[in-house]
Amino acid sequence: MTDVMPTGERRQLAPPTVETGVFGWMRKNLFSSWGNSITTIVLVLAVAWILSNFLHWAVFTATFDAKSGAECRGHGACWALIREKYRYIFFGSFPYEQHWRPLFAVITMLAMLILSSDRRMWNKRLIAIWGIGSFVTFLLMFGEINISISLILFVALAAGGLGMILRGSIAQPAELNGWRALAGIAAAGLVLRVTGVMPAWGLAIAPFSYVETGLWGGIPVTIILATYGLVFAFPFGILLALGRRSNLPLIKGLCVGFIELIRGVPLISLLIMASVMLPLFLPTGMSIDKFLRAQVAVILFAGAYIAEIIRGGLQSLPKGQFEAADAVGLNYVQKTTLIILPQALRVVIPPLINTFIGFFKDTSLVLIIGIFDFLNTANQALVDPNWAGFPGEVYLFAAFVYFCFCYSMSRYSKYLEIELNKGTRR
Amino acid sequence: MAASAQPKQDLSNAPSVITLKGVNKWYGQFHVLSDINLDVKLGEKIVVCGPSGSGKSTLIRCINRLEEHQQGDIIVDGVTLSNDVKNIEAIRREVGMVFQSFNLFPHLTILENLTLAPIWVKKMPKKDAEEVAMNLLKRVRIPEQALKYPGQLSGGQQQRVAIARALCMRPKIMLFDEPTSALDPEMVKEVLDVMIELAREGMTMICVTHEMGFARAVADRVIFMDRGEIVEQNEPEAFFAHPKNERTKTFLGQILHH
Repeated sequence: MTDVMPTGERRQLAPPTVETGVFGWMRKNLFSSWGNSITTIVLVLAVAWILSNFLHWAVFTATFDAKSGAECRGHGACWALIREKYRYIFFGSFPYEQHWRPLFAVITMLAMLILSSDRRMWNKRLIAIWGIGSFVTFLLMFGEINISISLILFVALAAGGLGMILRGSIAQPAELNGWRALAGIAAAGLVLRVTGVMPAWGLAIAPFSYVETGLWGGIPVTIILATYGLVFAFPFGILLALGRRSNLPLIKGLCVGFIELIRGVPLISLLIMASVMLPLFLPTGMSIDKFLRAQVAVILFAGAYIAEIIRGGLQSLPKGQFEAADAVGLNYVQKTTLIILPQALRVVIPPLINTFIGFFKDTSLVLIIGIFDFLNTANQALVDPNWAGFPGEVYLFAAFVYFCFCYSMSRYSKYLEIELNKGTRR
Repeated sequence: MAASAQPKQDLSNAPSVITLKGVNKWYGQFHVLSDINLDVKLGEKIVVCGPSGSGKSTLIRCINRLEEHQQGDIIVDGVTLSNDVKNIEAIRREVGMVFQSFNLFPHLTILENLTLAPIWVKKMPKKDAEEVAMNLLKRVRIPEQALKYPGQLSGGQQQRVAIARALCMRPKIMLFDEPTSALDPEMVKEVLDVMIELAREGMTMICVTHEMGFARAVADRVIFMDRGEIVEQNEPEAFFAHPKNERTKTFLGQILHH
């Protein structure tokens, strides 16, 4: 006997109804059994107790306006302290009447970061955004910038050379000739400058009074260290990761050695090396700015960690992707930039942002070498004897500011994952 | 297989496009290719079969240098394969390859998968590359999928895209590495039909496959490999009707009568 399904439309059944609405949801998720109900009630009571105590201290009995710490004593939180010190906490020892400069520098950097977080900006506009944004930021912070002809030529030569190397096998001929021309003209100019044919010439842009990095402090320092640290560490980490997988033993060895060496020491020791030991090796009379040294230390350290994360992404790609890229005739640079990295980076967004968040907070370690980042200025605000005895308020405030930054990054990671995987998943 | 055998063209005067002379390859101690000699004429279609691990995939992967051989010469379209990157890239421009597992680029749309190599390797203007790509997608009968991503297509569709991607570079030679082995049975035919059409248009093809119907329909020569050697080669009629070597007989017995 045969059993054949009748031809024609099969009857589609509606899914079984489930309890919906707030009460339905609560019954299902919070009070589904005796044990579950008791757990729910105990946890709700505990949270309510903690929250009410916190609000009692932080809001209901808090002092928001006071002349000195003495007026706060015996009450709840002393937010008057933050009110008194917030400008120092945010901007450190930057000349008081010039505080608008770091403020606008911070706004510029945040605008730059927000603009470049939008995927539609990921093209040549990004270079313009970062060029202009960085210039404005540092002009505001320093107050004056001297641009010598040698520096311009050197940057042009570096840009042209990088363009020739990185875009060499990808670019259309016209673009490549542009890079060659840039590098050629810059090289010729440098030769003329060095031989003395071209006079020393510089462009001094000095709209404001000069403020040295030693006076920088607070939130701009933290944002600059973290942003430029990661912006430079990211491509550096990619190169290290690719180098570690290279077939050339020398390159591979150098990359492995560097990564293992940097990962093997704490960031603090690297910072102390940069601050104390590096000057010993430099010829007398020559000095590199302490802030710059700390920045370089952060870049090297973050680069090693990022390299290992990206290597994980590279290893997660199936061998077939490399082979298919080879088989259609792409060369190494094309294969890496067009096929391998776009996929590998997508895979590692969560651990990558995790590292970024970690490094944003780790910049606070620069207080060890006497740089006044945000946590350090917060710390210094406690020193005032008039306001002694309220560390909790200051650290809570600092924690809140850090949290705002870190949580934004965390949300951004989520957005990126969804955005980049649009369409590629079934 | 619906397609019936048809008279094949006379290749005796055609020039050679691929020549392998005394090719040997080892994986560690394991001798995967042992003294392979092979001459492929322009327009010739060769089917390579043999048991798993016999070296047939390795053989065709050596032709476009996805694998390196250690002894002997491989000459493709007049260029002798060496470690020179320029040589390897020149050969890869002339040789298209289709993989068992498709290997489409999952982060690119179907159209981008096709235009990538023409734009970057051949420096073709984007508009021209897209035109070529759309024509090829029509030939493999999926132009409507152009803007989707590989993950949204069925296996058979993906493999047809992979064939179109290889053809986009206008190769002289096509290599197929078990193109239907990873497909669900109902999708095998749509891929084989595209390959048969390609064969009829005169493409030089080397195809590792166990689709004996395909071999009968289009192959000029069937090669049987076992333990890294070419054991037997013949025209398909003779190969299937009168296999000479014992190993060939055993193999054919296993795959044809089960």
